[in-house]
Amino acid sequence: MSHPTIEELKQQAAELRKTAVTMVYKAQSGHPGGSLSAADIITSLYFKEMNIDPANPDWEDRDRFVLSKGHVAPIQYSALAHLGYVPFEEIHRLREYKSPFQGHPDSKKCPGIDISTGSLGQGFSCAVGMAIAGKMDNKDYRSFALLGDGEIQEGQIWEAAQTAVKQKLDNLIAFVDDNRLQIDGPTEEIMPNQDIEKKFESFGFQTKRINGHSIEEIIRTLDEFTQEKNGVPKCIVCDTVKGKGVSFMEDVVAWHGKAPNDEEYQAALAELEGGLES
Amino acid sequence: MITYPATDSKPTRQAFGDEITELGKNNQDIVVVDMDISKSCKTDKFAKELPDQHLNVGIAEQGGAGVAAGMATAGKIPFLSTYAVFGSMRMAEQVRQETCYPFLNVKIACSHGGLTPANDGGSHQAIEDMGIYSSMPNMTVIMPADYHSTRKLVKEASEIYGPVYLRFTREKVPMIYDENEEFTIGKANKIQSGNDVAIIANGDTVSIALEATKQLTDQGISVQLLDMHTIKPIDREAVQECMDIGNIVTVEDHNIINGLGSAVSNVVAEEGNARVRKIGVQDQFGESAPYEKLLELNGITVDNIVRKAKELV
Repeated sequence: MSHPTIEELKQQAAELRKTAVTMVYKAQSGHPGGSLSAADIITSLYFKEMNIDPANPDWEDRDRFVLSKGHVAPIQYSALAHLGYVPFEEIHRLREYKSPFQGHPDSKKCPGIDISTGSLGQGFSCAVGMAIAGKMDNKDYRSFALLGDGEIQEGQIWEAAQTAVKQKLDNLIAFVDDNRLQIDGPTEEIMPNQDIEKKFESFGFQTKRINGHSIEEIIRTLDEFTQEKNGVPKCIVCDTVKGKGVSFMEDVVAWHGKAPNDEEYQAALAELEGGLES
Repeated sequence: MITYPATDSKPTRQAFGDEITELGKNNQDIVVVDMDISKSCKTDKFAKELPDQHLNVGIAEQGGAGVAAGMATAGKIPFLSTYAVFGSMRMAEQVRQETCYPFLNVKIACSHGGLTPANDGGSHQAIEDMGIYSSMPNMTVIMPADYHSTRKLVKEASEIYGPVYLRFTREKVPMIYDENEEFTIGKANKIQSGNDVAIIANGDTVSIALEATKQLTDQGISVQLLDMHTIKPIDREAVQECMDIGNIVTVEDHNIINGLGSAVSNVVAEEGNARVRKIGVQDQFGESAPYEKLLELNGITVDNIVRKAKELV
């Protein structure tokens, strides 16, 4: 765990957003919308919260992270590139042959990916398995998972949730990136989630809804939740905006999985320079 | 050594339950993930004796498969234990995405293979499972023939790295091997050498093929009999030997499509020249009936093996 200031973390988040958009622009393919909505959560985890060692990605006591919404790989790859898990210039090879940055996270090809994901609904179970293994081995590491609000429509999410509660996994923290959009439209229209916090709560999780773009709030909630060794898994539901930080991408369904053209790319970089307005 | 006719019989799921408990005692990284049917899958003994290495996720196969994959990333050797229909179909994509694709050390150990859950009916008879898992890169696919070979192959599966699908019987099957017989994953067990016709069987059909071999031998036909417990990777050398004989009959308790017969035929198509006749489930669902009746309805019988072999010779 490192000790950057909130201001430094905000700057870092701006850098990750720029890198993620650059990756998608260069590849002319990928998922910018959800990458931008998850940027502040990813920054808080990778640059503040998690005990990790980029020089030793397989360190057995490291904290685990599973990107259950695997299609927003560009934002995770940005974190890994900035931390030096892979040479930074690899950001220009997203979705290319023999790239560590496959279309979806691939633990065989990219150091720092704890398990391959990409098929929605599945990664959370894996994060639960990692937390169980940690308990079995009396290890102190934590297991973090990032879920999409569309993704939690998958039934397997709730199979994972009931196992996490049964196994008393207070070393597990799930984030839901609640950006309210999925490919076919608003989540509320395609398949309403009802009350996400209440759902997790009724399964037995401790939950909290926060502003997923406030690094202060994310850090504060993590501090609170990681200290509670109460035998209860935690879920942080994050109010987010898909495409956050690039005005023309914000809250627009079409930017789920579309690459910017030259003009859009330049405009996006200009807006992202300097970070989010606070 | 082969004992024929066998003096005793046991379901191979029992062998799994017995062996995994012994293995677990000697290796605390071995974990069993049950899905509410531990009594039937014979893992209840493991659960009782090694509670710290056991997890029951309830009736939730997809989640169970994901949890096992996560545990495997942290050095555990999880054995997912359920019925073959669920273990190969309800969790197929989870095993594909989170075990085969990242090449993790998860074993899928399933009872109720083939027609052996006979009176449970067609819903519970897994006739597609070995074909499904054979299609997945990185997966090894095994069906042992009897109690002792199951124990040996389960042990071996625990010692090799990577995904393995193991399939057991619900019904009792004759105990044909003694406990000193050795088995190697990917290597056929030659029960008898011969030069007129080769019979290649696996799982519960090995004992049926043994009786057919005896009858053919009595009629002066020289039979090479193989127990091809591993259908992926298939033992190409052993199939090559059978191709040299020129006549091959395959026997399996699995759909005639994508099982042992198909695996053997693939080698013949790619590498050689031999006549192959496949005996197995006739691309049809089963129903509630005595196990022997279901085998008979699909021609998985001593008489049919003898007939097909003689047609070729």
